[in-house]
Amino acid sequence: MLLALAAALAVQTTLAGLSHGGATLVNLVLVAVVYVGLAFGPVMGLFAGSVGGLVQDALAGGIIGIGGFSKTLVGFLVGVLGAQFIVAQPLPRFVMFVGATIVHELCFQALVAMAETRGIRLQYSALLTQAVINGVIGIVAFQLVEVGPGLLQRRRARGASVSRRRY
Amino acid sequence: MLDIRQRTGYLFLSVMLGHLILISAQVQSRAGVPVLESVTFGVFSRVQGATASLVGSARGGWDNYVDLRDVRAENEALQKQLGDLEVAMQQQRALASEAERLRELLKLQKITTLPTLAAEVIAGNPIPGMQTVTIDRGTADGVLPNMAVIAPKGIVGRIVGPVASNAARVQLLIDRDAAIGAQAERSRSGGMVIGDDADRPLRMDLVSNLADVQQGDAIVASGVDGIYPKGFAVGTVESSAAGTRLHRVITVRPAVDFSSIEQVLVVMVPARGATPFEKPAAPGGSGK
Repeated sequence: MLLALAAALAVQTTLAGLSHGGATLVNLVLVAVVYVGLAFGPVMGLFAGSVGGLVQDALAGGIIGIGGFSKTLVGFLVGVLGAQFIVAQPLPRFVMFVGATIVHELCFQALVAMAETRGIRLQYSALLTQAVINGVIGIVAFQLVEVGPGLLQRRRARGASVSRRRY
Repeated sequence: MLDIRQRTGYLFLSVMLGHLILISAQVQSRAGVPVLESVTFGVFSRVQGATASLVGSARGGWDNYVDLRDVRAENEALQKQLGDLEVAMQQQRALASEAERLRELLKLQKITTLPTLAAEVIAGNPIPGMQTVTIDRGTADGVLPNMAVIAPKGIVGRIVGPVASNAARVQLLIDRDAAIGAQAERSRSGGMVIGDDADRPLRMDLVSNLADVQQGDAIVASGVDGIYPKGFAVGTVESSAAGTRLHRVITVRPAVDFSSIEQVLVVMVPARGATPFEKPAAPGGSGK
């Protein structure tokens, strides 16, 4: 879990500098939180959201705790839903990532509006774009995690049998 | 033991609460105070108020009903203390008043060029009808009969014999046997002011009907009697009317309030033309 969060943070801060109308197109930390929530349950999702959100807030330089609150909520809810429903196929997982992104953004903007005593500002197009991209990356990440070790094992086994034939 | 779901729920709530506290510690309210601080203070101030009210009620009950054992004794002690303080205040007030009178006397002593001796009135007139007082100065201080006695407001009277070594009697100006050569300060019309027993204690005689003496004129000592210093205030003309014979009928209100004399000055100048007081001869020696 910590490894996933750390990698997500590193990539988010160095590579995800793309902006569309001032908003980021991808939130890799959120993707990692949703993954942990789906894979390990609500408690782990809660902790992942809390840690990832706080670190991301600290790195962003704004009010520390807003991102943490939002990601904690999302991580917990995703973990609860993941335990209640079968979310093993790509499509349900995609829906989960999209929904989590929307809920996270709504919660985040609401807290910022309260803190700064202003109205909620939402860029719907950027939000939808981010939700879709998060969903795609999330599915790819699941596939890599689930399929990857098996592939590696098969490759090792193939290599071992080739070497036995030679000798 | 809590159900796993309950534990998870409590864990979730506690983490969310922690985030909210963290956020509120950074966000400032409209008053410029962190939200966490203002909310915490607001909540705890109500708790403190309720606690203080409870403690106050309990203390009030204890003080007003249970702890009354020594109240009576304390009350009596306080009453006594109050009485003592009131007496002390009266004494202080009297001292302050005396200090003011002495200050006036000292001012007069400094202004006048005549040698004077301060004296205190120690006794009133023992015989009704005789307007005299006793002062605490006598022959030991150089006081002689017929010396004038004055006050800041004006002439009081003269020393009448015999004079003791440390006390002397003063005949007041309002005594029926007292008289002083006087004149109206404005018109310089001369006459004689005499003590009277009537409601208006002084009258001025031997003033011609032709003289210009009016109500309100100041009457001062003329000095012709050789006793009272010239120019010192005697009183004010209260009424002035032409008499049926040669002289006017004039009443004078004295300048000095004879009902409240406490400190006076003795003019240490022997009366002009008066018989000098002979000190008693020393034992075994001849007197002068």
